[in-house]
Amino acid sequence: MSLAAHPILEAIHLTKHFATPPGFLQRAKPPVQAVTDVSLAVRKGETLALVGESGSGKSTLGRLLLNLMPATSGDVLYDGRNLGNLSASALRQVRRDLQIIFQDPFASLNPRMSVEAIVGEPIWLHSTMSRADRRARVADLLKTVGLAPEQAGRYPHEFSGGQRQRIGIARALASEPRLILGDEPVSALDVSVQAQVVNLLEDLKHQFGLTLLIVAHGLGVIRHMSDRVAVMYLGEIVELAPVDALFETPLHPYTQALMTAVPVSHPGLRRPRAILSGEMPSPTAPPSGCRFHTRCPHGRPLCRDEKPVFERLDDDRHVACHFWKELANAGAGSLAPPPASAAYVTRLDLFKTAQATMESHP
Amino acid sequence: MPKPFSRTRGRPRFPALIRLLQNPKLGLGGGFVLLLVIIAVFAPAIAPHDPLEQDLMASALPPFWLAGADPAHLLGTDDLGRDVLSRLIFGSRVALTVAVVAGVAAGTVGSLLGLLAGYFDGWTDIAVSRLIEIWMAFPAVLLSILIVAILGSGVGTVIVAIAIIDWTRFARVIRADTMANAQADYVVAARTLGFGRWTILFREILPNVMPGLIALLAMEMGIAVVIEAILSFVGLSVSSDTPTWGSMIASGRQIIYQAWWVFAAPLAAVFATVLAFNQLGDGLRRALDPVMRR
Repeated sequence: MSLAAHPILEAIHLTKHFATPPGFLQRAKPPVQAVTDVSLAVRKGETLALVGESGSGKSTLGRLLLNLMPATSGDVLYDGRNLGNLSASALRQVRRDLQIIFQDPFASLNPRMSVEAIVGEPIWLHSTMSRADRRARVADLLKTVGLAPEQAGRYPHEFSGGQRQRIGIARALASEPRLILGDEPVSALDVSVQAQVVNLLEDLKHQFGLTLLIVAHGLGVIRHMSDRVAVMYLGEIVELAPVDALFETPLHPYTQALMTAVPVSHPGLRRPRAILSGEMPSPTAPPSGCRFHTRCPHGRPLCRDEKPVFERLDDDRHVACHFWKELANAGAGSLAPPPASAAYVTRLDLFKTAQATMESHP
Repeated sequence: MPKPFSRTRGRPRFPALIRLLQNPKLGLGGGFVLLLVIIAVFAPAIAPHDPLEQDLMASALPPFWLAGADPAHLLGTDDLGRDVLSRLIFGSRVALTVAVVAGVAAGTVGSLLGLLAGYFDGWTDIAVSRLIEIWMAFPAVLLSILIVAILGSGVGTVIVAIAIIDWTRFARVIRADTMANAQADYVVAARTLGFGRWTILFREILPNVMPGLIALLAMEMGIAVVIEAILSFVGLSVSSDTPTWGSMIASGRQIIYQAWWVFAAPLAAVFATVLAFNQLGDGLRRALDPVMRR
């Protein structure tokens, strides 16, 4: 793929450790290793999802990529330019291009500012538009995200969660960005509203030619909207694959475990779960070797001793597991419905016969 | 494309005014404070007597509802025959001046340090926090006596003393409030947009700590009234020829068994003023907060 050669945003051996500084009369605590040696390229125009449990470092990675916090080591390249070396004014320009949508639509909007002020702020900062022009632009943006422009004078607390998330999206769009990071953009919303917001993001992506980077802890939403998925565990990417390939044949045992955690609505598709046991180990002292070996149902001595390489299978699939070839179909496997049981077929026939009888003799 | 939400709500024509009237705390507290300001400004016109005029023939007259009262002295007279009501009215001038100026001074210094400590963690926070702790360990009365000893007595000194002593009250509260706000996603959003740190602090965070700051300011004004009364009670405030509530309490205390009203009247004035400032503060906080407003 030619686009792959020109990533819009690229992480190179990115590491972030959160150290608690040794306080007065306090011993220094070991640092929290939130993200460890992650290399990842976000391609122009794609939707890339970062998934993992809470504490896997996915949000931290997202914020590192947007240069919202300094990395402990490693680099972030935006259009081939190293964000760490940019001047303040160049960085300000880059800020316009990289925007963020937050998980909590209640905390992400300044409660003391009207919607018009919130959405107009980026325009005020980045352009010399007149007040009237700015007002018109805000009205436009509100329409774009499905809100009535007449509501511009109201305050965030007067809106529902879904509406606030739309306000947040309008603000992100206001600076005309090229990439938007969605930090669990729908996980605080009701399921019905989630679908609306996901659809809105999809529409906007096509309308404005955006690149989306979506951080999520569940795979359900991801399947609908992403092109590629990076699965994270304890600060590392364990699998990176196109979305369909990942859902059809999850290679890493952790991905397989995540698959079984997706709620399944069809009873015939439900299968025994509880593959993963125990809690995620503390990120201050990650396990040796493969970080997943303490919870992996297929763990072997090699996993404890040696760190698996992040192997490239073909152009698009990467996995970090010693035994992925053997395990490829051991877990969730394909999501095709299993053959119906004989009893179920009999009951269904009885029902259909009864229904036909009812219809012929009303 | 989802359908736009078209729900709109009629807004009252004068939302600010209606809000004010719907809020009894704000109305009563603010009303009393306003009344006090008017009294203080027009004291010479309102007061029935010269507050310093002595009449030993008419000393210790009781207030109007007691037997033997003189209708010319509504609240009676003190042991030197001075009119209590007039002294009360003139006393409000010192009390209000000190309350407003000292309150604003303590509030400005304390809030600025609190904002800085709360937003710039690290050395700034450590320095300000330790300073607050050391400051608060120092006995306030001793500190004010020290300040009066250095600067000499007078209204200006009282104001300086209150500001120097009470800025910590603001610094602590505003620091905590700022820290909580600095963690909020809307601050991250502002950074993503490219705002600088100072812009974020004063444009995004300050409006959010403002309701707390204003409530605190009103309460601090009440506290300043008390401190001024205490300092004039011990004779460290203004010179004795300026009537103050504190000096009235001090002189009334000596004749409390003969003329209790000389003691009670200024005490009641202090009490009512502090209460009014507190109610005003609470009412303002509610009225200014768009979330609590509903």
